[in-house]
Amino acid sequence: MTFEPIQIAWTLLGLFIVFNVGLLLTSTVRKIGARVGKRRGIRFFQPHIDLIKNYSFRTNFSHGIMFYLAPVFRLTGGIGIFVFMPIIYGSAHFSNFSFAGDAILIMYFIFFGTLGMALGAGEGAMPFSAIGISRGLSQVTAAEIPLVLAFLAVFIQNNSFSITEIVAAQQGGFLNWTMFTNPIATITAMLAFLGAMMRSPFDIVLAPQEIPVGPPTEFHSSFLGVLSTNRAIFPIAKTILYINLFFGGATNWPVLILKAFLLYMWSVVVGTVFPRFRTEQSIRWFMKYPLILGILSILVLQLG
Amino acid sequence: MSLKDIEKRTVIGPMGEEIEIDPLRDYYCAATPDLKMEQRKSSIPIIEKFANWARSESLWILAFGTGCGGIELRPLVTPKYDVYRFGIQIRATPRQSNVFIISGYLSVKTLKRAIRAYEQMPSPKYLLALGSCTINGGMYWDSYNTINRLDYYLPVDVYVAGCMPRPESILAGFDSLKQLIKDGKGEGAAKYAEKFEWYKKNQKQIIKDWDMPDYNW
Repeated sequence: MTFEPIQIAWTLLGLFIVFNVGLLLTSTVRKIGARVGKRRGIRFFQPHIDLIKNYSFRTNFSHGIMFYLAPVFRLTGGIGIFVFMPIIYGSAHFSNFSFAGDAILIMYFIFFGTLGMALGAGEGAMPFSAIGISRGLSQVTAAEIPLVLAFLAVFIQNNSFSITEIVAAQQGGFLNWTMFTNPIATITAMLAFLGAMMRSPFDIVLAPQEIPVGPPTEFHSSFLGVLSTNRAIFPIAKTILYINLFFGGATNWPVLILKAFLLYMWSVVVGTVFPRFRTEQSIRWFMKYPLILGILSILVLQLG
Repeated sequence: MSLKDIEKRTVIGPMGEEIEIDPLRDYYCAATPDLKMEQRKSSIPIIEKFANWARSESLWILAFGTGCGGIELRPLVTPKYDVYRFGIQIRATPRQSNVFIISGYLSVKTLKRAIRAYEQMPSPKYLLALGSCTINGGMYWDSYNTINRLDYYLPVDVYVAGCMPRPESILAGFDSLKQLIKDGKGEGAAKYAEKFEWYKKNQKQIIKDWDMPDYNW
């Protein structure tokens, strides 16, 4: 694909839309939770207001260079996934900067933010941050193994590392979606999906009743603002990646947002039903069913 | 922590090397609050007004109940009162909260912690004082180890009177605080920085075992 400067503007527009969808999804989910508990819950635009407030604090205090860089790394992870991924299939404007090997780069970006955060939270010198980070890194690593296996199965199946080609192969009816052509890989990926969504049963990283806020304990004002910006972008960007790889992509924004909402709700529903795992329980769980299914999905492709 | 822990000292490392430790410099920020930063406002009035609106509509309370009033804060998050709909949320870390509620009497011991927590919050920060204990000592006015008037030690933005104020009065207190912030009068942190010496003198007068740096940011 040739590079055109106008593409930057379209990508930024896409990012803006995804950012707002992410914030609204967060408030919607919290509102649904509140209604279940017979409360009215937060306002739909509360995450927006919180973000503006965080950016408009007057004082902040840094613990060092990595403390500064951690939110930046985290945000780079979220934006990195988005920028190199085609958002709307067949759209000249919202294909972003996708290229032949984009899937590999995106897999790298999924892990990138967590590592940056680990260094920064470590420098914050708050014991709870260090505990949260060690839990987070072990859990994300455990979830990443089945995730990569599932992705590899899709790459082998399509003989391609290009997300655009993988989406193209799924066009022409929903029976062509990877969800139906490769169900084992899809199940594996959906189980691994839960691991990075910061929701129960895998929210020991934040564990509000135990290590009050977890890794971001020391992050405040605009540092927290950058982190919350990423909290809006990252889950949606990751969800769009899943839509592209497993659920036939999207040819327009409404379909994309609907699919993103449904996929996001998957982690919410599971989180509402199941209680929290301890770190070793969650690692054991990821090393059991998702890992076996992941290996199976590759074997089926190789032998079948 | 005791006074001895914050003294400068030399320790021997695992490889036999000497390491100098100065806890006050290593663990804390030694600088006093920067008045310029505390009073920083946008030069464009409408932006400052917008920021003040956002600050007033997003009040994050530090989850720290000091006196018996803590029990009146719990109902606020239940379906009956549900403060979330007013943009009020509860945070477990002072770094991320901007409202500190002193919920009732403050013993000298707790005052020390309250000062530390207050100073760690990023500004602009607001202080809501509940109950008559924070106004004049209330039923503890002649107690040997509680303070009588909170605003000698920390700058209070809004007082909610009562013993104890019911959640309804606390909600009314939040409304007054919101109005105060929207009017640009929620400048407690700037006041604290401006009269820092005076506040510190008062605090040290009552806290005899002062074993922390002057500013805990």
